[in-house]
Amino acid sequence: MSHAPRSGDSPHVLLSETDIARALTRIGHEILERNKGAGDVVLLGIPRRGVPLARRLAERIAAVESSVPVGSLDVTMYRDDLRMRPARALERTDIPADGVDDKVVVVVDDVLYSGRTVRAALTALDDIGRPRAVQLAVLVDRGHRELPIRADYVGKNVPTSRAEAVRVQLRETDDVDEVVLVREER
Amino acid sequence: MQHLLTIADLDREEAVRILDTAEEMARLTDRAIKKLPTLRGRTVVNLFFEDSTRTRTSFELAAKRLSADVINFSAKGSSVSKGESLKDTALTLEAMGADAIVVRHSASGAPHRLAHAGWVSARIVNAGDGTHAHPTQALLDAFTMRRHLGDLAGRRVVIVGDVLHSRVARSNVELLSLLGAQVTLVGPPTLLPVGVESWPCQVSYELDPALAKADAVTMLRVQHERMAASFFPSAREYARRYGLDSGRLRLLPDHAIVLHPGPMNRGMEITADVADSDRSVIVEQVGNGVLVRMAVLYLLLGGSGAAEEDR
Repeated sequence: MSHAPRSGDSPHVLLSETDIARALTRIGHEILERNKGAGDVVLLGIPRRGVPLARRLAERIAAVESSVPVGSLDVTMYRDDLRMRPARALERTDIPADGVDDKVVVVVDDVLYSGRTVRAALTALDDIGRPRAVQLAVLVDRGHRELPIRADYVGKNVPTSRAEAVRVQLRETDDVDEVVLVREER
Repeated sequence: MQHLLTIADLDREEAVRILDTAEEMARLTDRAIKKLPTLRGRTVVNLFFEDSTRTRTSFELAAKRLSADVINFSAKGSSVSKGESLKDTALTLEAMGADAIVVRHSASGAPHRLAHAGWVSARIVNAGDGTHAHPTQALLDAFTMRRHLGDLAGRRVVIVGDVLHSRVARSNVELLSLLGAQVTLVGPPTLLPVGVESWPCQVSYELDPALAKADAVTMLRVQHERMAASFFPSAREYARRYGLDSGRLRLLPDHAIVLHPGPMNRGMEITADVADSDRSVIVEQVGNGVLVRMAVLYLLLGGSGAAEEDR
């Protein structure tokens, strides 16, 4: 699953390194503004790229106010398309020690598309505890929702066609910070 | 991975994938609600031609934790005791729509036959066949060792006792050597199988010298039914030469752990104080068995087909 644009694609840069940094700084502030501080906020990233994004958001929130717990939430076991693909390796689930009960959980992912991953995350949260509220932060919202789900914090809204793919690359996983739009060859 | 019949069917990557998946299962079930919805609507049949409450319960719990429907089909009191053949039992289970069949059989090769005879479309998991293989036991032993010792490459594991009749020992040797550990089998010559010198391990008749460098020791169960068959002179002599007591425990390095696949004969292959000591991970093995079996069932049934090669 390489995220490097293949030859033949015409990659169009949606977000550069600085764009990503600015978007995350803004989202960090929006989270604080909306929740009137960092008090009960818990950030849960969805593997893989939601996890480094959640960590970066936590750094920004800590820089302005106080540090917040960060964790990861693998939703593989809760997906509705498991039977349509071969069994996948599981990613790390790591819930902060204080749990999520009565907290404001901000689920963090790189791209919001059909909404099915978020639906799976909400179901997974059900089994972990009962947050006071759940909010959603994404770096890119590319539309084409298949479920009644929307993001509370969006880095960039990008109108896309289904024939295109949004490739998010992050330093932690891909050595570079960049979001590109590529045409998928089918 | 289509079926899990023996460790020999796995390559190193697949084995590590099962162990890593079990590690995630541990994180996912370490909370109040231990159930995951992943195998909802799937049917797992436990087909046990030999009694084994421990293994069957472990598989049953693993399947239930993944929300599969579980049917326990034991030979006693069923059509099998009326003389039904393996084939007809299999065809019955196929007609009932079993997605996976976990099979324990006294005949080596029965799970293989079930998997490849074309009777059923279900995934087959070997839960122990004759003296051949018991892959999930080997996986849970390796998982337990890995949790205490980290990467098993270069680690020394000593397996003691009745290797001849032990499918556990066979599967353990295969898996541990696949993971890069050095295995030493220890037992009386009468309880070591013919051809053991071709296994990927060392063999010794003396226990004490093997213990000094061991990172883990697995004590195999002495099967009472074999005692009459004069494989060794007396229970006392066996316990003295091959039993793990507190004196021998002191020969082990400080970090070494003691395993036993259960059920134990306290006072025979292991003394009560060793079994209850803080070096013993025997109770932990039971819990890890559920995690490893969850991982196996998930990887066999969780997707559309064989496990994804790489991603």
